[in-house]
Amino acid sequence: MTTGVAHKSSLGKDLIVYVCLLALAAIQFVIAYQNISTAQMFVRMLAVALIEAGLALLFFMHLSENRGLRWFVLIFTVAVLLGLQYGWTDSFRLIDGVPWAK
Amino acid sequence: MSQADFSIHAQVSRSEATEAMTAPAFRVPAKKMAMWLFIIADSATFAGCLVAYGFIRNSTPDWPRPFHGAAELTNVALMTLILLTSSLTMLLGVQTAQAGEKAKAFRWTLITALFGILFAALHLREWMGMIGEGATLFHNPWGTPLFSSLFFSITGLHLLHVTGGVIALFAVALKYQRGRYQADDLEITGLYWHFVDLVWMFVVPFVYLLNLAR
Repeated sequence: MTTGVAHKSSLGKDLIVYVCLLALAAIQFVIAYQNISTAQMFVRMLAVALIEAGLALLFFMHLSENRGLRWFVLIFTVAVLLGLQYGWTDSFRLIDGVPWAK
Repeated sequence: MSQADFSIHAQVSRSEATEAMTAPAFRVPAKKMAMWLFIIADSATFAGCLVAYGFIRNSTPDWPRPFHGAAELTNVALMTLILLTSSLTMLLGVQTAQAGEKAKAFRWTLITALFGILFAALHLREWMGMIGEGATLFHNPWGTPLFSSLFFSITGLHLLHVTGGVIALFAVALKYQRGRYQADDLEITGLYWHFVDLVWMFVVPFVYLLNLAR
């Protein structure tokens, strides 16, 4: 049985992606030592992690070669991730109290 | 249009419809699609764990930041390097398998599994260090016990995936060498291995680097 899609992988491209991933991982360690608030640090680290994940998905997992599957994975994953965000207000309420309650 | 033309047109339409109904979704074979569905479901599991960790960290005053030594960070950096490199060796394994170079593919897959074992060993060494400092699932010397509960749960879940991946890599590589499995099977196992690597990209910043002592 074949996969149906012949991958146009090349060692050169994979090596470039690998070096980019290493560099992005190193950037996360640099951000950890920056003199910024935890919230700012979180946002920057999340941004770098998302870029890393995107590179791994597109090139290591070959999603760049299958447009339909790319949208399928993206829509399902984003829907799940968005669904998980409903509890943040409760998380803030636990530490700050309920600001609107008198 | 003659009766014969109608008949031919109907036959062509029927064969096109049959092809459309039986063709694999997104031109992806069923077993590869099954792996993608598993990856999507598993990403929801990890996302749930990390978001729960975020909720609890955000709502807990005086959250501990126990990682302070260069040795701890060097260990995490080394684990990251090993896991990323294992993804590259997995790619090489799949590429050589697709090129029909069976011996090379087998070797690269075994190297990937060995990287996985090395990663697990470093992870366990780190755990032993923390347990030695008094951290358990329900207690830690740095403050709220929730920290170590979440730390061991999230990193433990990831370690479980790495262990499962190593076993799968060995099993698939051996069966590939014996001719029972094809390059496709290596590729599908590779997808899982890249996913394990991808999850680590989120675990490192949120579980380790955001808990760096200042």
